Amino acid sequence: MTEKSAADHLRVLIIFAHPSYETSRINRALCEAVKDLPGVTLHDLYQTYPEQLIDVPSEQALLEDCDVLILQHPLYWYSCPALMKNWIDSVLALGWAYGQDNQGKRGDALKGKSFVQVISSGGSEDVYQRGGHNNFTLAELLRPFEQTADLCDMLYRQPFLTQDLRNLDAAGINAKVEGYVQWMHDLLRGELPPLINSHHAPQADYAQQHTAKLN
Amino acid sequence: MEHQAPSILLQGIVYLGSAVLAVPVSRRIGLGSVLGYLLAGIIIGPWGLALIHDVESVLQFAEFGVVMMLFLIGLELEPGKLWNLRVPIFGLGGIQVMLTMLLVMGIGLLFHQDWRMMLVVGMGVAMSSTAIAIQTLSERGMLPQPGGQAAFSVLLFQDLAVIPLMLALTLLVPQAGMKLDWMLVARGLGLIVFIVVGGNFLLRPVLRYIANTGMREIFVAFALFLVMGVALLMQSVGLSMALGAFLAGVLLADSEYRQELELDIEPFKGLLLGLFFIAVGMSVDVGLIFRQPLLVLGLALGLVLLKIVLLFGFAKCFKQADTDSVIFALTLSQLGEFAFVIYSAAAQMHIFTPEQASLLNAVVAVSMLTTPLIMLLYSISTKHRLRPERAFDEFETHRKVIVAGYGRFGQVVSRLLNGINVAPTVIEYDPNQIEMVRRFGFKGYYGDITRPDVLEAAGIATATLLVIAIDDVEASVATAKYVQTHYPQVKILARARNRTDTYQYMELGISSVREAFHSALTVAQEALKILGFGAFQARRIAWQFQQHDEKILKEALLIRHDQQKLISHSARSRQDLSDLLHHELRQKAGDDDKDRGFDT
Repeated sequence: MTEKSAADHLRVLIIFAHPSYETSRINRALCEAVKDLPGVTLHDLYQTYPEQLIDVPSEQALLEDCDVLILQHPLYWYSCPALMKNWIDSVLALGWAYGQDNQGKRGDALKGKSFVQVISSGGSEDVYQRGGHNNFTLAELLRPFEQTADLCDMLYRQPFLTQDLRNLDAAGINAKVEGYVQWMHDLLRGELPPLINSHHAPQADYAQQHTAKLN
Repeated sequence: MEHQAPSILLQGIVYLGSAVLAVPVSRRIGLGSVLGYLLAGIIIGPWGLALIHDVESVLQFAEFGVVMMLFLIGLELEPGKLWNLRVPIFGLGGIQVMLTMLLVMGIGLLFHQDWRMMLVVGMGVAMSSTAIAIQTLSERGMLPQPGGQAAFSVLLFQDLAVIPLMLALTLLVPQAGMKLDWMLVARGLGLIVFIVVGGNFLLRPVLRYIANTGMREIFVAFALFLVMGVALLMQSVGLSMALGAFLAGVLLADSEYRQELELDIEPFKGLLLGLFFIAVGMSVDVGLIFRQPLLVLGLALGLVLLKIVLLFGFAKCFKQADTDSVIFALTLSQLGEFAFVIYSAAAQMHIFTPEQASLLNAVVAVSMLTTPLIMLLYSISTKHRLRPERAFDEFETHRKVIVAGYGRFGQVVSRLLNGINVAPTVIEYDPNQIEMVRRFGFKGYYGDITRPDVLEAAGIATATLLVIAIDDVEASVATAKYVQTHYPQVKILARARNRTDTYQYMELGISSVREAFHSALTVAQEALKILGFGAFQARRIAWQFQQHDEKILKEALLIRHDQQKLISHSARSRQDLSDLLHHELRQKAGDDDKDRGFDT
């Protein structure tokens, strides 16, 4: 037996956002490597919506058809590129993804699906540390996404990270791409990354920080 | 009364038939078309089957083939490029003509011949055949190479040199009663000035006026009229017809009508040049060759060898590479049609006896037969040798994008493409339009994009994209279909004026953009803003409408011939649209249902 039939796979939807795909090194390589795998649907937002306006019903239909939602993007100002934020704002609508609209329709379309981020960042792991250049860990910075998944009753799982991009040579990229393909195969077989529940982690105290600075 | 086909038709049948029989065979065995024509001429001429007798008048008529060839070469050569060739033309050309002439005379003196006779023989030997050399070079793609360019330059100088040489001929025999006519010289110079000035200022408006009639055959008629007219004017003052045509060509080289003129003249040139070679073949005195084979062949081969050695030496003096020098020497090694002219004139002036003249003419003709054979030997000998690839400038740079139509629509497309340095080849059928955009510094070519040869000349074979932006819907669709069938690798973007146009392109699977649709959408969006909608909301509504409209266009494609279905489809679509815009409308009415999930 060489290949599992499509029915045995989980269905993976990659929502991909990169405003300058043409000049991208890592994200393009990652996309190319997985886009044709059976069970994977790669959906490029900047390619589909150059005008930044989103066709909500067709996006929701894509989401309903998947088991695992991947948001793949470079880290822009500690978050996702603007069009992906726009996508989240428009597609994860009230009464569909969460809450209840005023006709009484419950938002549970995404309930129980997995939510995984695939993120590239220029800085190394060291700069995303308490006391490091960026002051916060990635896990902390990505909390808005974790909470988004939580509000939609989705399972937020450990992201696939490519860090320290500036020091990654061609061989490094190749290794990363191989790792991604392997990771994706595991995902398709149902071997999912561990769940993340960072709200159980010690809470950063904003008030304390503030007073410390005033002193 | 007996019915008889006019003799001109009969002659035409003979020429065309012999060419159709001989040329393909000759090309197939690698001898090139020239030898095929020459052999056809020998076979049908007075010494062969004797189907044609009046060789002289055919030769005169067929000379227009050479004239047209020079016109076409002129069209490819902008004045700037011609100026760049001044050193090879006057340096290499001048030295070649003078030294060859004097050397032949010197050899003759060694054999105690009359110096005047030998000088005239030398004049003829110095001349090569423009027709044979250029046809040979272009058939082998060697014309743009350095050796080909040098050969072309020398041929151009020889064309110029005929004038003073013919004058010198009259000086050699003062007793013949022919005087150097200074008036003629003045008239010649005056005519050249007239052609240069007139060509610059008169020709373009006239061409535009003719092109404006939109009648292709009138444009062709004018093109032929122009070439023949200039040629006859030049001849009337004793100058070379080919030179006049060449000048006219150069003057039109940077005009927007260049491609169209090339395409129109090309077939006439091809046929007449073929006729010219046939006529040369017919004039070969086969009888004389059989009577004195050693003398004729010996002289011909001797002179050809002499010319090859001299030409190679000259080329090396002008720092040509070895291969280029060899090509240069071999292609110019024959004696040419000017030798016929000079020897005939000299015979009339009694510098030669009639016997000497016909011997020399036979030698010239045989030497013309040798070139295709020599070139065949050359290509066999170089076939297995590796020649380093060299980059050569091309006359025409073919571009990735072709834009058909330079109206309001095509202009925007090409301006944007120019802005990102992807300059397209723009083709427009309306001369006024070309003139208009030309005033603003943009360049378009005059041509009819629906014609396959125009597409070919514009570089469709190597293009990536064709943008069809012309007004005529039928012509647009026909062109799109043609390109889709014959050049499937070329992407097509078409301008559609309305839904009907769009359906046609959709059925062909060709992308099109409705020109009025997008501007109307912008107006609607602006209208919403004036009605109090926010700018982004107005944009959102317009965009949703666009998505909706494109969707129903696809649906309607299948039922568009059924009026009843179309009407009910349209009603349903209207309902869909109002559902789609429901949220936006409610938001306008103050119901913030959509935003209730956000802390707005």
